[in-house]
Amino acid sequence: MATFKTKTDKGLKPLNTASLPDIVFMLLFFFMISTSFRQTERVVSVKLPEATEVAKLDRKDLASYINIGTPIPAYQGQFGTDARIQLNDSFSTIDDIRDFIAASRESMSEADRPLMTVALKVDENVRMGIVTDVKQELRRCSALKIMYSTRRKAETNSF
Amino acid sequence: MARPAGDINAGSMADIAFLLLIFFLVTTTMDVETGIQRRLPPMPDENQQAEVEQINKRNIMVVLINKNDRLFAGGQEMHITMLKDKVKEFITNPANLPDLPEKRENDIEGFGPVMVSRAVVSLQNDRGTSYNAYIQVQNELVKAFNELRDEFSMQHFGKKYDSVDEDQQRIVREAIPLNLSEREPREVTTRRR
Repeated sequence: MATFKTKTDKGLKPLNTASLPDIVFMLLFFFMISTSFRQTERVVSVKLPEATEVAKLDRKDLASYINIGTPIPAYQGQFGTDARIQLNDSFSTIDDIRDFIAASRESMSEADRPLMTVALKVDENVRMGIVTDVKQELRRCSALKIMYSTRRKAETNSF
Repeated sequence: MARPAGDINAGSMADIAFLLLIFFLVTTTMDVETGIQRRLPPMPDENQQAEVEQINKRNIMVVLINKNDRLFAGGQEMHITMLKDKVKEFITNPANLPDLPEKRENDIEGFGPVMVSRAVVSLQNDRGTSYNAYIQVQNELVKAFNELRDEFSMQHFGKKYDSVDEDQQRIVREAIPLNLSEREPREVTTRRR
């Protein structure tokens, strides 16, 4: 029976791992810099619809987010399962949008204000009625640049 | 008191770095925000009656989604997969039919006269329409316009719309304007809380 040569036979030197920390540190710095921690806590659950003709939002810092969806299970006892609007990290009504838009405008520099985009993160099962109300309110606040947040989908069609 | 400093054992450095690395790996979300960008029309001034631009009936295509997410476009019910081609045919009006939109010769700066279609696609929806259906229809409409722009760009500049330079993009945009109007919702005064 043939015997297998084991590595110890040749007396291979152990691999030099002295540069391993450097490599790991490099990766670490990469992830540290690219990380952004979630600023707000979701109180509504949102499953975004899919679309193919999407564009990237190029200035993330100029976006303000409006979430619309059903409350997460922890809040369903209090707020029910009907679709609700979330601004910052609390439940809101249509009337709060005006203050919210004004506050986000305030936090931007004068030059950036016209570029402000409102990203609507709406659950795919929400009815259009509430979305229409939000859009009308945004028109009243002259926040006209909006984006319907969607997930990117491969080129297939289905309803 | 100076003592000869011994070597610090850096063997566990890698372990510490790994630990941090794994922490950041787990917490990182590198999602890019993507979506369909749109400009809302400004609210009409209440004191001053905005002059309503009369649009010829043949230039309007009504796309309607009812509360059961059924789609009607140009007066007939259709499946979402047919919408894009229908819209493209409507905008281009290849056979110059009298009941499809008219075209007007427009002199585009830096390019020359182009026959620009005057078509307007009007999107209407019900309060009960699901958001998903609405987005799918928006997506198809945007896709129709994007494909027309790509075709125009291919034909005149030999490249797709995305890869031509900014001035040429402006020409393409003027040749194929994105005339997508959203009908003012009717029951807007009866707000639901």
